[in-house]
Amino acid sequence: MEIFLQQIINGLVQGSVYALVALGYTMVYGILGLINFAHGEVVMVGAMLVLSALTAMLGLGVPPLLALPVSLLLAMAGCMLLGYGIERVAYRPLRHAPRLAPLITAIGVSIVLQNLAMMIWGREYHAFPQLINNQPHHIGGAIINDIQIIIVIMAVMIMTGLMAVVHRTRLGRAMRAVAENQHAAQLMGVDINRVISITFMLGSALAAIAGLMVSANYGLAHYYMGFMLGLKAFTAAVLGGIGNLRGAMLGGLLLGLIESLGAGYIGDLTGGFLGSQYQDVFAFFVLIAVLVLRPSGLLGERLAERA
Amino acid sequence: MSFRFVKSLLLAALVLMLASCGKSATDQAAASGDRVVRIGAVAPLTGPQAHLGKDNENGTRMAIDDANAKGIVIGGRKIHFELISEDDQADPKTATIVAQKLVDNEVAGVIGHLNSGTTIPAAKIYSDNGIAQISPSATAVSFTKQGFKTAFRVMANDAQQGQALGEYAVKNLGAKKIAVIDDRTAYGQGLADEFIKAAKAAGGEIVAHEYTSDKSVDFTAVLTAVKGKQPDLLFYGGMDAQGGPMARQLKALALNVKFIMGDGGYTPEFVKLAGVAAEGAYASLPGVPLDKMPGGKAFAERFVAKYQPIQLYAPYCYDAVNVMIAAMQKADSVEPAKYLPALPNISHEGITARIQFDGNGDLKGGAVTLYQVRQGKWQPLETVGADK
Repeated sequence: MEIFLQQIINGLVQGSVYALVALGYTMVYGILGLINFAHGEVVMVGAMLVLSALTAMLGLGVPPLLALPVSLLLAMAGCMLLGYGIERVAYRPLRHAPRLAPLITAIGVSIVLQNLAMMIWGREYHAFPQLINNQPHHIGGAIINDIQIIIVIMAVMIMTGLMAVVHRTRLGRAMRAVAENQHAAQLMGVDINRVISITFMLGSALAAIAGLMVSANYGLAHYYMGFMLGLKAFTAAVLGGIGNLRGAMLGGLLLGLIESLGAGYIGDLTGGFLGSQYQDVFAFFVLIAVLVLRPSGLLGERLAERA
Repeated sequence: MSFRFVKSLLLAALVLMLASCGKSATDQAAASGDRVVRIGAVAPLTGPQAHLGKDNENGTRMAIDDANAKGIVIGGRKIHFELISEDDQADPKTATIVAQKLVDNEVAGVIGHLNSGTTIPAAKIYSDNGIAQISPSATAVSFTKQGFKTAFRVMANDAQQGQALGEYAVKNLGAKKIAVIDDRTAYGQGLADEFIKAAKAAGGEIVAHEYTSDKSVDFTAVLTAVKGKQPDLLFYGGMDAQGGPMARQLKALALNVKFIMGDGGYTPEFVKLAGVAAEGAYASLPGVPLDKMPGGKAFAERFVAKYQPIQLYAPYCYDAVNVMIAAMQKADSVEPAKYLPALPNISHEGITARIQFDGNGDLKGGAVTLYQVRQGKWQPLETVGADK
């Protein structure tokens, strides 16, 4: 029983991160109908920026509890700039091109970012400094530590905040309007370029936070870390219904749970015939199953909902 | 100045830059009338194992620079060795592509690859073209069992290493219930299989065998599954990039077991990534400790001064190059067809050991040393199994 509870906790923590990254995919898709494959790389850049800022500040003797939020803000600013730049350089000139073209530039941007990061931060793994005591807590035999609790709480807070922005503010209304019909929104006086830029920047800021979470949780950052994470988060977004904010959250959490329960139990269930080497396969198996059975995802690609 | 003009200017500059960096070494040598001999080096220079790949490249480069500085004369002409470094991304498919590329570039020999999974498929291409291949680090048993006359390695293989690890785990560490995780690569899986064989033979029980991949960072699910089986020792067959985070997550899940890895874990990177969780972890490395190697200390000092701290296999790469050059000198030819027959009979005093090959191309008398992390550093425990 405690093993089962532990797998649920593992899945929720992992799923929160997926959900946060998935939001970035889904927001951009909702507005532009474009899969921003460079988003995983933005998460990586976020993690690297936090780490660099943190190392620099700790070196100067800034207390850790001050250095952490400041570096996170710096990284968010850096990622917003990056997100804006990516949209401006790689997507805006192709906005009216066939859909395949921006998809290819997206993959190109992803490769460029990965290699740039390799040149700037090197090929080695960067260890993330342990800033808080990271006390383990026992819940019915299972263990969850401080960082993991913070991850889940922060993810929930950010998602609620984002929902509020999209549904309650002027900006959110503009985003929904652009999602529904770009031309009509423009005629109504919405500056669509500005709305699209802001969407990219919002998604990138979330990516920076996700980057911090991942690297703090696993204690490492690496220029390659964004690739798999991006793919999984994309799967989560599709699972929930791409373009749908609630879907991204649900999809992320579900995917995290499926992975950890799957990897934890498949060996015992199939008598050792299938093993935990299929952990990564679950994500993509789920993707295929969803695309075949319910192409618009669990919550559907509801137009009125998407932002 | 229009945007378009600036763009084409930038492009032209880039093309020039790329064109110039490939050439310089050859031009220099050609100008001075030396004979240029190309030596290929293959390792993953991108991806999760890039830090190890770069380490290999640097070890190889240092040997080649040293040889060039010595001004070696073979067949009556001064030889200028030129390094051609390729990136196989630790991927078996890419490995065969770059192997073919090196063959097309007419290399005299190849140092590599780094991983067993890439070395094995590439070996056929080198064999078909009669090019000597010395791997500094591929330890999977099957590499030298394919019947190729061109395949050699300067490190003990997994049969020797896995056996030492399995016996040590049961006899010295007193493990009774053992869990095994491997990364499903030729290396990780091969080593895990040899470990299991030896541990069972020594009287240990394998209670769980789980799997991950060489690109994963999250092991909480498999570790939780392992925890359910209540083992007292966990063996991981894989590399440091996974081993480090795994050690950390072990502690986070309060899974109190002894943690032991093969040579893939014996790196400073492992200690860095695992943080405090590294303390007490075990790993093995074929060969003797660096400071006990005949020329280890001097090599380490020179290497650090030139590049960065040694990750893992750099000394073995250095030896691999020198063995190859020694065979060329013995045969007095840089033609693969002429110097290849000299390789099996070579006896070279390397910095890692005296290098002699057996009939398969395996290192004779490969010793295996066990290490433990103490106060944040790998410390040698004991060396076993020299002369097997």
